[in-house]
Amino acid sequence: MNRIEKVMRRIKENKEKAFIPYFMAGDGGLEALQQRIIFLEETGATAIEIGIPFSDPVADGPVIQAAGIRALQEGTTLKAVIQTIAGVRPIVHVPLIIMTYMNPIIAYGIEKFIEDSCHAGIDGLILPDLPIEEETMVTSLAEKFGIEIIRLVTLTSPLERIREISSKGKGFIYAVTINGITGARSRFDEEAVEHLKRVKSVSTLPVFAGFGISTPSHVEEMIHYCDGVIVGSKIVEFFSENNLSAIKELIRAAKIKRTIKQ
Amino acid sequence: MKAYSLPDERGHYGMYGGKFVPETLMQAIVELEAAFKKAMEDDQFKGELQVLLKDYVGRETPLYFAKRLTKYANGAKIYLKREDLNHTGAHKINNSLGQALLATRMGKKKVVAETGAGQHGVATATACALLNLDCIIFMGAEDIRRQQLNVFRMELLGAKVISVNTGSATLKDAVNEALRYWVSNVEDTHYILGSVMGPHPFPMIVRDFQSVIGMETRLQYLEKEGSLPEAVVACIGGGSNAMGMFYPFINDESVRLYGVEAAGFGLETNKHAASLTKGSPGILHGAFMYLLQDPYGQIQEAHSISAGLDYPGVGPEHSYLKDIGRVQYESITDKEALDALKLLSQLEGIIPALESAHAVAYAFKLAQTMNADEGLVVCLSGRGDKDMATVRANLGGEEK
Repeated sequence: MNRIEKVMRRIKENKEKAFIPYFMAGDGGLEALQQRIIFLEETGATAIEIGIPFSDPVADGPVIQAAGIRALQEGTTLKAVIQTIAGVRPIVHVPLIIMTYMNPIIAYGIEKFIEDSCHAGIDGLILPDLPIEEETMVTSLAEKFGIEIIRLVTLTSPLERIREISSKGKGFIYAVTINGITGARSRFDEEAVEHLKRVKSVSTLPVFAGFGISTPSHVEEMIHYCDGVIVGSKIVEFFSENNLSAIKELIRAAKIKRTIKQ
Repeated sequence: MKAYSLPDERGHYGMYGGKFVPETLMQAIVELEAAFKKAMEDDQFKGELQVLLKDYVGRETPLYFAKRLTKYANGAKIYLKREDLNHTGAHKINNSLGQALLATRMGKKKVVAETGAGQHGVATATACALLNLDCIIFMGAEDIRRQQLNVFRMELLGAKVISVNTGSATLKDAVNEALRYWVSNVEDTHYILGSVMGPHPFPMIVRDFQSVIGMETRLQYLEKEGSLPEAVVACIGGGSNAMGMFYPFINDESVRLYGVEAAGFGLETNKHAASLTKGSPGILHGAFMYLLQDPYGQIQEAHSISAGLDYPGVGPEHSYLKDIGRVQYESITDKEALDALKLLSQLEGIIPALESAHAVAYAFKLAQTMNADEGLVVCLSGRGDKDMATVRANLGGEEK
């Protein structure tokens, strides 16, 4: 069974809340990629989302854009990232999920990418520029190699569409909590909460909230309405400042909630 | 040949096109497609647009026989489709006005757009002023530097111009920022994409609004010559003037179609914008199309003396037309374009935009290989006023 499925089953059975940190592969070099995966697992991440740098990341805000540029300047390639992940996989047990725009995969060769990812122990893919209308170019191959496609739903997705996306999905649903790109927001409006309730009401999968979540108090606030949170830009920022204790604090905010629930 | 009818229901042109956008935009794109289809079946909308194109833009534009240029080339008759005579000085207004009218119909009060040379930005700012829409234009910092006057024009027309400093700070990066802005403001904002690119339905919408160029040309040429032209030539950045010109001719098998890309410093250098000639298929800005990219799928910077051709991709329909061989894609260097600009200025008293000068340069070469009883049409997509600083800087050394 895919690691993501196992973890989803566990959090459901134990009524746990999940925390998924995102960071950019190659930002700080490939050695940092290994170290950060190990650090995040030790700190209690439920799964880890690893970004692939792309020259034109239209869904990303300034922090992740800048991290992507730094990673590209380090000479980071998709191939090197997959190899690095393969190297660390034997000692890491949490699910590893790749987040990438489509073009680097197309250049790599979609089939080869899926196959190599499978052999490297990558468990899932988040593809922000691949809506369900276009996804067949990836899904059948992903299924064959046991890699799960994590789909996004947003504030603008109609309820029927959320239902459709959730019915296709495996693993969890990535509920985008703002109309916008990645990056910190000072506050969330009620729309985000309403959205999470809406998604929860139709989704057969666990619902994880992401985009704009940047403080321990955001985490505590949002996680109340969903099964887990995803934090990206803040993790990227803290890593680049080498502020590891701030990352621990973010993850702890999700876990504290879990303890109270239990 | 079976009658051409693309895109298919999913917005694909063969393997190209599609809707590769963040989920937040999907609903807006679906709504846009429905609104566009309905508008194009509505006589009131079409009538309103037609009146604006006639009385405000100044259509139809002339199809002008360039007698002295023809004589100088000593080959086929060269006709110029004078899109440079449109209000705002280029073909871009055909699309901006159509989409701004569509935005009004959809109840949107705000418009966002990208611009490269500034022509699409000026056209969009103009349409927004006319139709009382708020207008935000994203423009690369490098292009702002090259096209100061157009920035001033947009601001004078009431638009807010936002400088984009990311990436190469040119058109590609302005599209990224416009898309990001649209994702963040999708509920009250329409994105007026300026070329036949981006996610479906944009390539189709822009083509259809620009098709007025080819439709007029076809009728005008038939009237003047009693036949269709042997060849039609247009320059290609994203490809909107070319698509608008070619589309009404696609089923006319006898008409050869030529798209002219920017070869910049030369195809053998890495400083060009010839995405079809030198690129490979991939996904950028929501569509599968030919791109300039490195072996790892990172988008490369394009180069052209003309800001409007400085884009590392070419719309999905052109990508398809290249593969099926219906359109032949050629390229012209910065230097050849400058020479053609000078030639047309001095022989015909028409200063073309640097973009259009690429088409003129290729048409001139092509005409020399054709017979005197044959004819070709060049889409003169815009006028050269905006390029005077660039042209002066480049020709300065060799002029007396």
